[in-house]
Amino acid sequence: MSAELRFDQIRLPPECDKLRGEVRAFLAQEIAAGTFDPDRPGHGDSHDAAFSRRVGAKGWIGMTWPKKYGGQERSFLERYVVTEEFRVANAPVRLHFVADRQSGPILLKYAPEHVKMDILPRICRGELCFVIGMSEPGSGSDLFAAKAKATRTERGWRLKGTKIWTSNAHIADYMLGLFRTSAPTKENRRHGLTQFLIDMKTPGITVNPIYQMTGQHDFNEVVFDDAVIPEDHVLGEVDGAWKQATSELAYERSGPERFLETFYVLIELIRALGPNPDLRSAEGLGRLVAQAHALRRMSVSVAGMLQAGKEPVVEGSLVKDLGTIWEQKLPGRVRELAAFLAPETGNRATLEEQLAFATKVAAKLTIQGGTTEILRGIIARGLGLR
Amino acid sequence: MARKGAAVEPEGSSASACMRERGGKIVGESQNIVGETAARIFADFADPQTINRAADGAWKEPLWQALAHAGLTLAWVPETLGGSGASLSDGFEVLTVAGRFAAPVPLAETLLAGWLLSTSGMPSPDGPMTIAPARPGDRITLRPDGTLSGHARGVPFASEARHLALLATGPAGPSVALVERGACRVERGENLASEASDIVTLDRAEPVRVAPVPSGFDQTALMLMGAAIRSVETAGALETILALSVRYADERIAFERPIGKFQAVQHNLARLAGEVAAAMTAAGSAADAIAGADDFDDAIFLEAASAKIRAAEAAQEGAAIAHQVHGAIGFTQEHVLHRFTLRMLAWRDDFGNESHWAAELGSRVAARGADEFWPLLASR
Repeated sequence: MSAELRFDQIRLPPECDKLRGEVRAFLAQEIAAGTFDPDRPGHGDSHDAAFSRRVGAKGWIGMTWPKKYGGQERSFLERYVVTEEFRVANAPVRLHFVADRQSGPILLKYAPEHVKMDILPRICRGELCFVIGMSEPGSGSDLFAAKAKATRTERGWRLKGTKIWTSNAHIADYMLGLFRTSAPTKENRRHGLTQFLIDMKTPGITVNPIYQMTGQHDFNEVVFDDAVIPEDHVLGEVDGAWKQATSELAYERSGPERFLETFYVLIELIRALGPNPDLRSAEGLGRLVAQAHALRRMSVSVAGMLQAGKEPVVEGSLVKDLGTIWEQKLPGRVRELAAFLAPETGNRATLEEQLAFATKVAAKLTIQGGTTEILRGIIARGLGLR
Repeated sequence: MARKGAAVEPEGSSASACMRERGGKIVGESQNIVGETAARIFADFADPQTINRAADGAWKEPLWQALAHAGLTLAWVPETLGGSGASLSDGFEVLTVAGRFAAPVPLAETLLAGWLLSTSGMPSPDGPMTIAPARPGDRITLRPDGTLSGHARGVPFASEARHLALLATGPAGPSVALVERGACRVERGENLASEASDIVTLDRAEPVRVAPVPSGFDQTALMLMGAAIRSVETAGALETILALSVRYADERIAFERPIGKFQAVQHNLARLAGEVAAAMTAAGSAADAIAGADDFDDAIFLEAASAKIRAAEAAQEGAAIAHQVHGAIGFTQEHVLHRFTLRMLAWRDDFGNESHWAAELGSRVAARGADEFWPLLASR
């Protein structure tokens, strides 16, 4: 039995304060210039190529990576500060965020040197958008049921099949895609999948849009019809991607974006309640503040443990499980607390607009990047139950 | 004794084994000699299974003697004032361990009383102590003639304490007073876990000593310290509850499988782990913040109030899940689970319940304004 959980008490080091000041100043300048409106929900989910390049010029993309690949060799805690400040400001980070969070680190670990030298500096400059190609029409959470095939030919790897729910595919330069290179074995059903770097301009790739219930368009279906990619775009071990897929998950799952996605409604609620809320509102607000504080402390703790070289896989999953459920429920709680606002409340229209958007977005938060059910399975395994 | 408990709980006393295992882990991992000492003493003198079966409270005196002998009861009192001069962090570690064992002795109360007395430079007496007020709305007054009057409800272990450390409001502001229990009227009451939770009435009571508090210290500061203490204890109890529940799910067979193999039970336990994680992080954060702070400012208010709110929520959720996992056996007197669940639920009410702190915290956040909220959160 191992039910031991560990959350080290991590405080952000002093260098983070200076960085936070720089990030806030940069964002204030961008807001003043009209790049984005922090009160408009959905903007953080949108992309802005020029903005991403300006972020890159600041050195805030791939900032933990080695300098020779364009990185800054700064700490994960410094990256944490940048990520949370951008998220809370609803800045349009969509173009570079996936590459910064997960595609870049995977390339760093598994891509051949010349590929790293080619691609990573461009990510750091904010020039490249990445898409993750894992889910298929017949496999989502059950990743290892993937059927899209990669076959080795004389010209390279030939890809055939369909990936779905691929956020950003319509604007992406590259995909990191999971393809079947061998059949699973009896002993290991996870065997036989390989990860590839795929240039989205490769002939034979078609991107079909899928519109979401929010009215936005992030999702796509990507069809590979004998698209051929270079031999050296294999990432890591052929047939062994399952070993690679899981190790990065703590980074993906424990970041501030896992509880701040609907945070703007809480800030707007505080504005609407004014400086002297009634007892009901004050109590409701206080609970939300306490919950947000606890989540952030958990998330920072995992970031610190990762920085220290630990592997808090269960703790990272706990952050995402609790964090996404919290951010999913937040619009509902804020709606209840806003129920008796005076009709003349100044920012009422803004709050209502934000609530409408957050309420629609909420449904996806416990699905993307590992569903609640998958996370709880991982946690149960960590507790020694399976 | 062919009672159903014996059948439902194979391998003898799984709870005791579990506690010993946890005690061992604490020793192995904490690198904290004070926490290590506390774990050893509790394992030796306050094994929950043994206490739960004890016919009387004869185990209490040896436990207290061992804690006192090791310097743990006055951990937060400097050596110059008769204590052992441990750091705030070490004291919070001791209380986490105490929470893991849920031992019904006034260790937390004596630590807090000693700390309160020493903030005013007063030495601490021997023996168990408690503090009053223990609720935010209660007030004790220091009268111009130097006597004390007032009424405090829910004072933990007052009837078992030798002395009380009081925070009293006088003509010149707040003071700390030390009184003998005999100088107060103590009406015995009980909390959910049947521990003493008493009404203390002072009617021109003569203190042993009185001294003014340092500037900036007030009843809110005392309540915040108490809130942090209860949060830390709750987190400790939750850790044990998770360990007990996981172990039980692994041992209990139903439908020809350990119940821990069922996905529904696994997901309940994962939710429990989430509550434990939130409580231990929030409580640990508050303890860490207080240990590193000079005074009880807005940041400490956020930390300690949040810890109490989140720990209380976790106690409520966590107790429900743990009992669900344990089924009927967990609802019996003979099983140790209630020692932890009921204590956690009782602790919600001490030093300000979660509704009190939420209303206070919400009011403060609202008063600071929407644009100051994120900067406050991000500063921690």
